[in-house]
Amino acid sequence: MKSRLLTIILAVTLFLLAILSLFVGVMDINLASLFSGDAKQWEIFIVSRLPRLLAILCTGVGMSVAGLIMQQLCMNKFVSPTTGATISSAQLGILLALLFMPGSTLWGRAMFAFATAILGTWLFVWFIQRVKFKDVVMVPLVGIMFGNVIGGITNFLAYKFEMTQALSSWLVGHFSLVIKGRYEIVYLVVPLVIIAFIFANHFNIVGMGKDFSKNLGVNYNVILFMGLTIAAVITASVVVVVGAISYIGLIVPNVVAMFKGDKIRGTLVDTALFGAIFVLVCDMIGRVVIAPYELPIELIVGILGSILFIGLLLYRLKNGRKAIRLTGSGTTGCGNSSSHLDGGNQT
Amino acid sequence: MQIKDLTKKYNGNPVVDSVDLEIPKGKVISFIGPNGAGKSTVMGMISRLIARDSGLVAFDGTDIEKWKSKELSKRLAILTQSNNIQMKLTVRELVAFGRFPYSGNRTTKEDEEIIQQAIAYMELEEFQDRFIDELSGGQRQRALIAMVIAQDTDYVLLDEPTNNLDIYHATNMMKIVRRLCDELGKTIILVLHEINYAAFYSDYICAFVDGKVAKFGTVKEVMTKETLSEIYKVDFEILEIEGKPLSIYY
Repeated sequence: MKSRLLTIILAVTLFLLAILSLFVGVMDINLASLFSGDAKQWEIFIVSRLPRLLAILCTGVGMSVAGLIMQQLCMNKFVSPTTGATISSAQLGILLALLFMPGSTLWGRAMFAFATAILGTWLFVWFIQRVKFKDVVMVPLVGIMFGNVIGGITNFLAYKFEMTQALSSWLVGHFSLVIKGRYEIVYLVVPLVIIAFIFANHFNIVGMGKDFSKNLGVNYNVILFMGLTIAAVITASVVVVVGAISYIGLIVPNVVAMFKGDKIRGTLVDTALFGAIFVLVCDMIGRVVIAPYELPIELIVGILGSILFIGLLLYRLKNGRKAIRLTGSGTTGCGNSSSHLDGGNQT
Repeated sequence: MQIKDLTKKYNGNPVVDSVDLEIPKGKVISFIGPNGAGKSTVMGMISRLIARDSGLVAFDGTDIEKWKSKELSKRLAILTQSNNIQMKLTVRELVAFGRFPYSGNRTTKEDEEIIQQAIAYMELEEFQDRFIDELSGGQRQRALIAMVIAQDTDYVLLDEPTNNLDIYHATNMMKIVRRLCDELGKTIILVLHEINYAAFYSDYICAFVDGKVAKFGTVKEVMTKETLSEIYKVDFEILEIEGKPLSIYY
């Protein structure tokens, strides 16, 4: 019962915040004039406010679920679209689209972004599996480095072809350009999250290792790549519309897992709701702080996120988890595929 | 289960060299032998975790690689040392994964009953809603065994289940193995380092040396001074306790 309660609280909070957010902005919109049929107010509402809210919700849900999937599949609590090179790969894809197809539509750019995000994520996971890092912090570090290499290539190309200005919109995530007709790709998040929910148990099983998966008749590689592909496409569809938003995929799943454990079936809904709340709150702060101007959401998320992230790191270092294995007491340190923060301090 | 001419090479060196075995049903069979003798590799190949180079593993008359993975997982369960689960799952959630080959994502009422029985069998009722990372080593191990029980397979393969366990937990583990065989009629194959556990708790012993089967037979047949000395290259004495041969080496 207690677990249901959290879901209900999150859902109600999100609902109230969502309503509130519709009435926060440069132009004053109030219920009275909406009901009296003020055409101009309705226009702002339909063209700007509502799309913005929907984009925010999709972003929050998508990025946190993508992070959840990546963390489970990689058996590492610090892997996320940011630390797994997915976001920077998607940005490279957008730049390539701008270079090779200058007249490309949103969908054209999205296709490029999907392809590069999927490839980048696969490459990263293939690499960490190949090298079999034993240290839990090593994996996200490698991911960050890999992401920076890709980011470097993106920047180089952007400078060379004088595209830095065009690209900047995708480097720092913000919702100010989200209006009707320019954001609908982000709806892709919805079916993908539903697929993720259907395959939740598969992802859990793959997260417990290759042998464990085989024992239960689950095809490890197929599920691994399917999960990574879902996470990459979710991320890319968000990046194409609003740009890079870091930390959400890292922090939200971790915070939820602290309370509700790692069974994806049990945490996916809460993770999605909490992610949406987190992005919504950050966006509202960004809209209010220097009104009538607004700060890009990436800035707010970055500040709040990094504080939470440090807290999370300290928490994990303090409460190192014990591994469960056939041979019992967890005194044997971590196996070659394990890569948990506490892995190191068991040996 | 029949194993014929099973071979595995790493970099051209045979680690398992044309092994022939017939696993008797409903018994406890222990694989013993010095380090690097290929016991775990054989175990890996008969459970399809490791691909073989040549030979045949016939399970119920069909080659193990021709079995559908999902069907096989209803008949044969394996726990290896790499089962290093670092997830925050409750005992019940972990045990429920044992039903995955049967019901996939949706556990039926029947599944719930089987899960409950498995938890009860391993005496884990009071811990069933606790996270596994909050339990002691022995309890966590019992949770894994409960999952295998829920998986409801005829064959259970355990790779070095007593490794790194203290005497109390290791002995308990072996008693559980014996119960699984005697009470639930499962065929259990173990890789063991501790010869006396193999001698006391199993029905058959298969001794490996250099990737080959050095001796396969009942406990009494294998646990002789001559055989063990030859396998391990140290001096052995055999004692008899409770009608079972136990060894002393020095």
